[in-house]
Amino acid sequence: MRLEMKKFYTKKLKNFPLNKTVFSLIAGLGISTFWSQGNFTGNIESTFQYLNNDPIINALQPPTKGLVNSYMNVFYTHGGFKAGMRVESYLPRIQGYPNRFDGTGLGYRYVGYSNDKVDVTLGHFYEQFGNGLALRTYEDRALGYDNVLDGVRIIFKPFSGLQIKGVYGKQRLSFTEGRVVNSEGIVRALDGEFHVNETFKKRLATFPVDVILGASFVSKYQKDDDDALILPENVGAYGGRVKLQYKNFTLDGEYIQKEQDPSLDNAKIYNFGHAAVANFGYSKKGLGFSFSAKSVDNMSYRSDRNKELQDAFINFLPALNKTHTYNLVATLYPYATQPLGEVAYQADFIYTLKKGSKLGGKYGTTLGINASTTYRPIQHTSGINLSDSSRVTYETRLFDKSDSLYWRDINFSITRKLNKKLLLILSYFNITINNDVAKVSNDATGIISSHIGVVEASYKINAKHNVRMELQGMFVNKLPNGNINDKGNWATALIEYTVAPSYFISFINQYNYGNPDVDKRVNYPNITCGYIHESTRVMLSYGRQRAGLFCVGGVCRFVPANNGLTLSFTQSF
Amino acid sequence: MKRLLTLVLISCTFYVMGQHSAADSASNKKVPSVLLNDINGKSFNTSELGFTGPVVISFWATWCAPCKKELMAIHELYEDWQTETGVNLVAVSIDDEKTKRDVITYANGKGWDYTVLLDPNGDFKRSMGVNNVPHTFLLDKNGNIVYTHNNYAPGDEEILYQEIKKLSVE
Repeated sequence: MRLEMKKFYTKKLKNFPLNKTVFSLIAGLGISTFWSQGNFTGNIESTFQYLNNDPIINALQPPTKGLVNSYMNVFYTHGGFKAGMRVESYLPRIQGYPNRFDGTGLGYRYVGYSNDKVDVTLGHFYEQFGNGLALRTYEDRALGYDNVLDGVRIIFKPFSGLQIKGVYGKQRLSFTEGRVVNSEGIVRALDGEFHVNETFKKRLATFPVDVILGASFVSKYQKDDDDALILPENVGAYGGRVKLQYKNFTLDGEYIQKEQDPSLDNAKIYNFGHAAVANFGYSKKGLGFSFSAKSVDNMSYRSDRNKELQDAFINFLPALNKTHTYNLVATLYPYATQPLGEVAYQADFIYTLKKGSKLGGKYGTTLGINASTTYRPIQHTSGINLSDSSRVTYETRLFDKSDSLYWRDINFSITRKLNKKLLLILSYFNITINNDVAKVSNDATGIISSHIGVVEASYKINAKHNVRMELQGMFVNKLPNGNINDKGNWATALIEYTVAPSYFISFINQYNYGNPDVDKRVNYPNITCGYIHESTRVMLSYGRQRAGLFCVGGVCRFVPANNGLTLSFTQSF
Repeated sequence: MKRLLTLVLISCTFYVMGQHSAADSASNKKVPSVLLNDINGKSFNTSELGFTGPVVISFWATWCAPCKKELMAIHELYEDWQTETGVNLVAVSIDDEKTKRDVITYANGKGWDYTVLLDPNGDFKRSMGVNNVPHTFLLDKNGNIVYTHNNYAPGDEEILYQEIKKLSVE
């Protein structure tokens, strides 16, 4: 009977010319109903450059003349189901990107499911444990940085206040011919975080201190590829963290220890490594203060021991200093953590004088003071036999600092709104950087010390029109022998005109008037205009540009040095 | 293969049609669910922020001068905005570990009354499709995204307020 039915239907359907279409229609309707019920978000970014030759600033015209980077993210959620992907394209890559980025293809994709207790992701995922000292995967597109993990992640919340994460995967290293290339090693990791007050909500209802505890364990596997040494193939990094909050006070810290990890970075030594951060803060309305300390030794932790620079990092070691926004301060002497070792301190203070007070004026005034220093740690070698087979080359302790300075930054600023139309910001920065360790320039020797002053004024012409200007001066101290250090003094002027909510135009010029080489006393002029409609932005700029954090027309991003035309389009949906 | 292609095409057509009818009735785009902590350690689910009126979500960072100007400008008007429309502002900081510790210092030092959330690894930023900051979203009382703006120029806060007022009239 059943067989007959089947025969009948097969026959019937075969004779029915639209069978495929009907099938497709029904399936299509089903699928589309499913998709249209969920939530789509995402964005598009496309940047095109046409570059000129400009040997004075070391900008070269690429053979293709034009360069274009494009990205589109699409994320979908429906109930507990989620999926997402990113298509990226480098035809060829814009300047400043790693030279192995090329082609068009899928750079990121995942599927997953989550409910109140579990969250599972298969495919690519970004993750951070605690402060990131043991594990952090993230994308910083402006820098061309992406160390995303590809594998599986499970987040488990057995009860309120406790969260356990498990991850297993390989890291993205590169994007070649339209395909993601992973780094060699496998990364396995486990993290637990326990918010005590949330779990014991009733019992601790009146307890004044908020307590969060956490612990991480990360392990990487990479085959021993060395003929001479026996390398550890499994290398662990583990530690704990605590965060306490009492009224207006916060205190938090994390300590991570890394096992023996001979690598290209550390010249294949067999020392253990560590990273520790501690932070104390006090703040109330109108006043904020924080003090932070950091100790790092032999803490470059990569999923491929033979990589260097920014490649295949499993962990994240942030520099302990303020990220500045003014062009000269941000771009000329930036500092990044030395993963082989440093001891750093930072203090930050901000105070708002009350509106209507004698000093505060009608609209209030804000004062900000910030200072940070970084030193080389002491490496004790007494009692160490360098010729023995241990390959342990020194000993060091937490916060064991020497007098050798890597970095110092002392800065303050005053922000005051004088009346309804005029806003004034005055800032001063004193920046010292050790160019022998944290190399920022090929022209400098030893310690570069500089003073920078900035005046910014913003004038509101009417409800929609506004004009803003900046004047910046950088004065580099001379070397003990009387010679000018690095590129000498700089001056920058910026003027920006905005029409809310849709248009802006700005002109900036940086002038290296103090360069010891007269031929290199160059101007860096740049004109930018843009159009914004809701979440669509189109921006066109032409001129010379120094590398660094560049803010214009309301948005900040990192850009490399170039000379030419840049057209960028961004859209969110 | 051909059948698969037809299938994809047809489902796309249906999807686009579905979107159109949805767009006609009102924007049905919601905020995705991401778990974030505020500067006091309290946990928030971004899809259930727990406010009754309209909500402004503003992505910012301590290193972004225009973002800070936007939040400073709104700060001066915030009390009036709240009494007149019942709006709440959620300032989502995308500062990573390098500058995350400065967020509480800055937000309190400025005397802000906003809910300040921390998104140090960009999970919420990514899921909201944010390319760069400042990026501001306005949500109606049902959590639908009704207005967005990816910039700040002085005067933008007034245009945002007009949009908020439209919601409180409805």
